[in-house]
Amino acid sequence: MGIQNILFIAVLLGAAGLFTVNIRKVRRNILLGNDLNRNDKTGERWRTMCMVALGQSKMLTRPIPAILHLFVYVGFVLINIEVVEMLVDGSFGTHRFLSFLGPFYNFLISFFEVLAFLVTIGCIIFLIRRNIIRLKRFISKDLDGWPRTDANIILCTEILLMTALFLMNAADQTLQARGISHYLKAGTFPISSHLVPLLSGISEAGLIGLERTCWWFHMIGILFFLNYLVVSKHFHILLAFPNVFYSNLDPKGQFTNLASVTTEVKAMLDPSFVPPPTDPAKPHRFGAKDVSDLNWKQLLDAYTCTECGRCTSSCPANQTGKLLSPRKIMMDTRDRLTEYGKNIDQNGTFKDDGKSLSGDYISAEELWACTSCNACVQECPVNIDPLSIIIDLRRYLVMEQSAAPTGLNLMFTNIENNGAPWQFSPADRLNWANEN
Amino acid sequence: MNQQMNTSEPLNVRTMADYQSKGEVPEILFWVGCSGSFDDRSKKITKAIVRILNHVGMKFAVLGMEETCTGDPAKRAGNEFLFQMQAMNAITVMNAYSVKKIVTGCPHCFNTIKNEYPALGGDYEVIHHTQLVQQLLDSGKLKVTGGAFKGKKITFHDPCYLGRGNDVYEAPREIIQKLDAELAEMKRSRSKGFCCGAGGAQMFKDAEKGNKEVNIERSEEALALNPEIIATGCPFCMTMMTDGVKHFNKEQQTKVMDIAELIAQANEL
Repeated sequence: MGIQNILFIAVLLGAAGLFTVNIRKVRRNILLGNDLNRNDKTGERWRTMCMVALGQSKMLTRPIPAILHLFVYVGFVLINIEVVEMLVDGSFGTHRFLSFLGPFYNFLISFFEVLAFLVTIGCIIFLIRRNIIRLKRFISKDLDGWPRTDANIILCTEILLMTALFLMNAADQTLQARGISHYLKAGTFPISSHLVPLLSGISEAGLIGLERTCWWFHMIGILFFLNYLVVSKHFHILLAFPNVFYSNLDPKGQFTNLASVTTEVKAMLDPSFVPPPTDPAKPHRFGAKDVSDLNWKQLLDAYTCTECGRCTSSCPANQTGKLLSPRKIMMDTRDRLTEYGKNIDQNGTFKDDGKSLSGDYISAEELWACTSCNACVQECPVNIDPLSIIIDLRRYLVMEQSAAPTGLNLMFTNIENNGAPWQFSPADRLNWANEN
Repeated sequence: MNQQMNTSEPLNVRTMADYQSKGEVPEILFWVGCSGSFDDRSKKITKAIVRILNHVGMKFAVLGMEETCTGDPAKRAGNEFLFQMQAMNAITVMNAYSVKKIVTGCPHCFNTIKNEYPALGGDYEVIHHTQLVQQLLDSGKLKVTGGAFKGKKITFHDPCYLGRGNDVYEAPREIIQKLDAELAEMKRSRSKGFCCGAGGAQMFKDAEKGNKEVNIERSEEALALNPEIIATGCPFCMTMMTDGVKHFNKEQQTKVMDIAELIAQANEL
């Protein structure tokens, strides 16, 4: 064990520690949300997770990005096996410690190289789709500023990580061929072998330097990436799994019945009804004004969103030029939750900052454009439910602020007075039976 | 359509109260819905459903003046109070009649009663009228006679609360195919169906600022197929699509019809 290994272990522990601190903050933020029981139907939940998250079944409706994403996804998952080897090598000063597997090791390494190549191709095409072809869902104003940069940082980092892997392998096999002692003969390199001729003029020290630099770049890159996830849309690579596991399994048309309202309505209809005790610690509010009024699954949804924009590109309101964008609903929820969390970090508990999700982030005009058609929910590859947030925000506007559009207030009055959303007399309800 | 419905025969409609007073129990409650009760165009759908039920001799009842709004538009608009008030009143009425099975003429009523009433004490078997028609066809109680729609091009517009909302995609399509009609699908169909623009209580308010109305976008897509009929299964979709077809001055070439009307007309009911 040398100085390099001690340094590596220090870096590893530092990155892991930072990640733990940040993940705990994310967990705390998610748990600011209201309770919701999603621990039922575990069998169906596991099946859904296998199909939708692991099996990416909802990606298939758009085949081109589905295949490219599959490259990157499979590459990400499997290349991590090689990262395990690199972690051990880095910590204990071994070199390609799994090489005792012999021919199977050669197969693994060549397989990883092919995957890494496909990841690179996938990321390059993704960059082209975003920046040159400029697909509509990637140039919309939802993504102006940081979100667009975030996407490009992710793709470029992945390309750099893969490039480092190839260069490292190319240097390694050159060192192997020259019979340098530490670099034992191991691995087959179908992709990086093409880079070997470029390295022929480099000295042994130069090659070792290159191999080490690439190794360190790859490892630090991965550890950077791990910590970057927490502040990035790329968080979905981890959160997609729990998020799909805790999906809403009820029919999409079914909206929640607010229990607090049930209590009030029962008390109104039946004077002998005794309402159950409420928690005085939690302020009683109908609908959602701020992120803390949402439930934890809606907040998990917000962290899981990777801003792909399938929801928005299928939203009838958005596609006809209205202000509503389901993707923006999710991004706003996350931005506000992050701000809310930082407020807690600074003040111990949340200190009123005069802002809220409703109004400061999401306008009434956006909310009132929704047709509740569930296209956004259907489209989301990781089962995010923007519609439930829209409805909870509407509930706040209507029940706490009495701020419904005029037409809706008229509809409410009609239902209250005539039992129909239009101004018809209940006595005329059966007239149709006698008309020809 | 050249063929007119046979409207000379009076409709046989009895209320729950009527059944109860005679000590009888109907097989099914037909929940008509507000649009089906009051809107002139939707009333035709209601009557088509009744003619089908009369034709197969099914003992059904309506609530008549005891029916009220399910609360769906209030709920989608965010007025949970009003929704639950409506729901609990409707549940009280239906439970008093010991209602077991309900067919609705509207996907919104269907969704609300089927999914949102159980937690409030209203547990019923609820089906949409396209599902009932399909069951009647499958069991042989209803046969499609006459070739009124043979070879005609029909496209089906999925109502959101029937399709995505409750995963009913096939019943209406199987019915269209039983009519020997040519079922032409829009690119955005089934789970990818594009809303008519009425849902989420949009029916009752002005549209927000945009560059196009949702129903115009959808009607344009349907009309691009040059169908003779745009079929649907929702009175609100009916209103929106009819307006859309009128917007393009295509009402002579393309009719908007409910699945129930297709069946009633094919059978000259």
